[in-house]
Amino acid sequence: MKLIEDANQQALARILEGEPRLIDIVPASQLMKGLRDRMILHAGPPITWERMCGPMRGAVAGAIVFEGWAQDLRSATELAASGGIEFHPNHHFGAVGPMTGMTTKSMPLFVVENARFSNRAYCAINEGLGKVMRFGGNDASVLKRLAWLRDVFGPVLGKAIRASGGVDLKSIIARGLSMGDEMHQRNLACSSIFLREIAPWMARTSVDNATLAECLAFIGQNDQFFLNIAMAMGKVMTDPANGIRGSTIVTTMCRNGTDFGIRVSGLGERWFTAPVEMPEGLYFAGYSEKDANPDMGDSAIVETIGLGGFAMAAAPAVAGFIGAGAPSEAGNFTRSMGEITVAQNPEWSIAAMDFAGVPTGIDIRLVVDSGIVPVINTGIAHREPGIGQVGAGVVKAPLACFQQAVRAVASDLGVS
Amino acid sequence: MTDQNGPQYQRLLAGKVEVVNVGLEGFVKDLHDCGIGVVHVDWKPSAGGDPQMAALLAKLGV
Amino acid sequence: MKVVVLNEIRKGFYLDSVALMRLSREVAACPGVIEAALMMGTPSNAAIMRNAGLLNEGAAVKGNDLVIAVKADTEPAARDALDGAIKSLEKPKSQGEASAAWRPHSISAAVKVRPEINLALISVPGDFAAAEARKALNRGLHVLMFSDNVSLEDELSLKLQARDAGLLMMGPDCGTAVIGGAPLAFANRLRRGKIGIIGASGTGTQEVSCLVSEAGEGISHAIGVGGRDLKKDIGGITTLMAIDAFDSDPETDHVVLISKPPHPDVATTVLKRIGQSRKSFTVCFIGASDMTVPANARFSPTLKGAAELALGGKPIGAEFDPGAVASRVARRPAGGGIEGLFAGGTLCAEAQVILTAAGREVTSNAAIPGVKTLCAGRDPGRDRLIDLGDDEYTRGRPHPMIDPSVRDDALRAALRNPALSVILLDLVLGYGAHADPAEHLTRLVADRGQDAPVLIASVVGTEQDPQVRSAQVRKLELAGIVVAPSNAQACELAVAIANTAGR
Repeated sequence: MKLIEDANQQALARILEGEPRLIDIVPASQLMKGLRDRMILHAGPPITWERMCGPMRGAVAGAIVFEGWAQDLRSATELAASGGIEFHPNHHFGAVGPMTGMTTKSMPLFVVENARFSNRAYCAINEGLGKVMRFGGNDASVLKRLAWLRDVFGPVLGKAIRASGGVDLKSIIARGLSMGDEMHQRNLACSSIFLREIAPWMARTSVDNATLAECLAFIGQNDQFFLNIAMAMGKVMTDPANGIRGSTIVTTMCRNGTDFGIRVSGLGERWFTAPVEMPEGLYFAGYSEKDANPDMGDSAIVETIGLGGFAMAAAPAVAGFIGAGAPSEAGNFTRSMGEITVAQNPEWSIAAMDFAGVPTGIDIRLVVDSGIVPVINTGIAHREPGIGQVGAGVVKAPLACFQQAVRAVASDLGVS
Repeated sequence: MTDQNGPQYQRLLAGKVEVVNVGLEGFVKDLHDCGIGVVHVDWKPSAGGDPQMAALLAKLGV
Repeated sequence: MKVVVLNEIRKGFYLDSVALMRLSREVAACPGVIEAALMMGTPSNAAIMRNAGLLNEGAAVKGNDLVIAVKADTEPAARDALDGAIKSLEKPKSQGEASAAWRPHSISAAVKVRPEINLALISVPGDFAAAEARKALNRGLHVLMFSDNVSLEDELSLKLQARDAGLLMMGPDCGTAVIGGAPLAFANRLRRGKIGIIGASGTGTQEVSCLVSEAGEGISHAIGVGGRDLKKDIGGITTLMAIDAFDSDPETDHVVLISKPPHPDVATTVLKRIGQSRKSFTVCFIGASDMTVPANARFSPTLKGAAELALGGKPIGAEFDPGAVASRVARRPAGGGIEGLFAGGTLCAEAQVILTAAGREVTSNAAIPGVKTLCAGRDPGRDRLIDLGDDEYTRGRPHPMIDPSVRDDALRAALRNPALSVILLDLVLGYGAHADPAEHLTRLVADRGQDAPVLIASVVGTEQDPQVRSAQVRKLELAGIVVAPSNAQACELAVAIANTAGR
């Protein structure tokens, strides 16, 4: 249908024309009107406490204590279970968050601005590895690190970013792709490039060398530091593509540990959900499939703009995550994703694919027609709250979301 | 010379044929042997063989 | 239970964490191993290993050290696993040998891989064929649809869409085409030349193109239109476009149009269009009575006649005299009947034309106008001409051109049928066809009885075909099968023998 093709070209153009820049770090309450006390934003489509998985509940309890809405984890859990907390998806507040994706009012958020369409998107700061809230961790060490991010690291890095005049993100991604990153399971190159660009500004704006060293080391020790910036970038690039009538391009993919949800340009704010699948991958020593939680996080926004599993060819080392796949087969993931997308992004090319651009613009029609679903590179959380990451792997988006969305588009356009 | 502005089906006879093969794989080798460019599609029924969905997709222009 | 933990630390040995996780899994699978880990010795990794009881007390590791840790039931098991891990680490990496060839799953993906693609050859089951053809047309591709069992409604809408887009929609049920030397579906390797063919019939196109090619002339292109293109419902959409295409093709001087007799309205339209053409035409409506054609056209009711007109009147197989050959045949079984077992549908139709014209009473499962439709057990006195490519024989089985054994049962029965004097057969060669149909046939008939009917065959093919026509003919002749230069002459010989049966 011409209406659909035209709408898709428009949606695609809006994604590709984005000019994402990291401009600041600001506490959530100053960025989001309506983000009140006893309100928690979470990853994925809407969900109630009753249906939340273990790590999500663990993270919620930790976030409640962190904000001081309860004294300890037990009373925090009771508060959440008794309906004392309002839950909303990050996506409803212009934000994204990895894994459990906790966002509350005092957390410092990256602010990424899309200069082309004057919109903004937010994401919390990556906490590093080990016990962390995004994997459901909630003990004292987790809350202590969050407090340090809020009180020390956020203000220091925010000041440096403001002084730099903002950091252009598209060029970092382009370089990262040529250095083996796919921006979901591997952000080693992008994190390093970012540190290289921001370190002088941190030095210029710092008043205390010990703190500066601590902050530089925090970035330098976390290979995934850039992931959260890439996620906010994904959100800021896809938001302008939303709400183009007739368009069958996916603008959101995310999961909350229970459901997988997508939104489609032509269908606006409607969610199409299906039970989320288990990731397949490799486990850290001492853990196995039986410890794994179903997949979580807003991070699939990077796949929505052609990175992560879609850019696997750029990161052959990551391809090993599927277990059986050889690095030499990484290109097959990218080629397969090329079958369900409408274009390539010429600004983000992959050397190993003869500099083909990353496959961009997931078309729900192509997904349902081919039966090829988006592949998402993901971390695997322990199913119990508070334990953290136990592995990494690949998860497939459930086909049912896309089937529902195709029927909804057809009905919206009066096609039966 | 062929009329460059004529409809495509007239130009087909003047140009080189390059084929996408959807179905019987045996046809691929024959074309290869004749030096004709051919790409074989690893075909599966549309929409997993759900005829209702396949029809809907066809109308939506897949 | 006693547990042994062994650690090995490689200073400054970096490996990607993914590669390390894969190795960890391999080592953990070794006999006697409880747990294993290969990790870079960062503080967080060291903590993970300590928590898992994999790191010995006092093991000093740094971030750029590789730690190999094995927990096993026994010391030897731990040692073996550790040695294996070290061997794996030091093993040179293969260079992409596991890389699997990637294949696109859709027409659109194929076009992305190879943007030069301009034609889709579609042979998927009929239920899905129309949808695939629509996708191809949407992407600006010409289509040859080999699939059958596509509704008339779909055929019409596809052909209208193709016409609007200036694309050629060949088929459904298009068995053959040759475009610029490219054999599409069942096609023969032909001499290139100045004669174009428009065929609503696959084997008809193959017979005429092979006869022309073997006679020393050549084919420019053969365009298939599908068996129903000249029906009233379709109105000859593709046929008319094919005439346009040949009109502007400098390679083509003469065009042969081959079809079953069209609907009269469609025939009128098509013949009028032929009259406007700058090229000369041969019109072959198989089995139609002599009809008025425009001044630039000649008419033939048979394939052989059409080939001869295309050759400017040069006769096919002039040296072959059916009467003379018949008189040389040693045994002429007394039954008097003819049974034709055809792989080619149009060859079966041509046989009906020739036998009927010779005054024989004929019945067929694919009866042309004027011929009685075959009913099992009825009309015992009539010659039976059977199209084995018809649905009743091919449902759930390959076409007899691909798998000649479809003909076996009927042939065995015919060989023992005392009512028959002659069995008529065809062999279709070329791309897509069976690799050695003569071998299959001669094995089957090798032990036929003394009184078996005379076997007469024609071979549709060329010397350039993969099966090599003359080699196939020689095999048949060595097995005592009489081979005629064309299907029409095989039929004439059959009549000559049957009419003198018992003499």
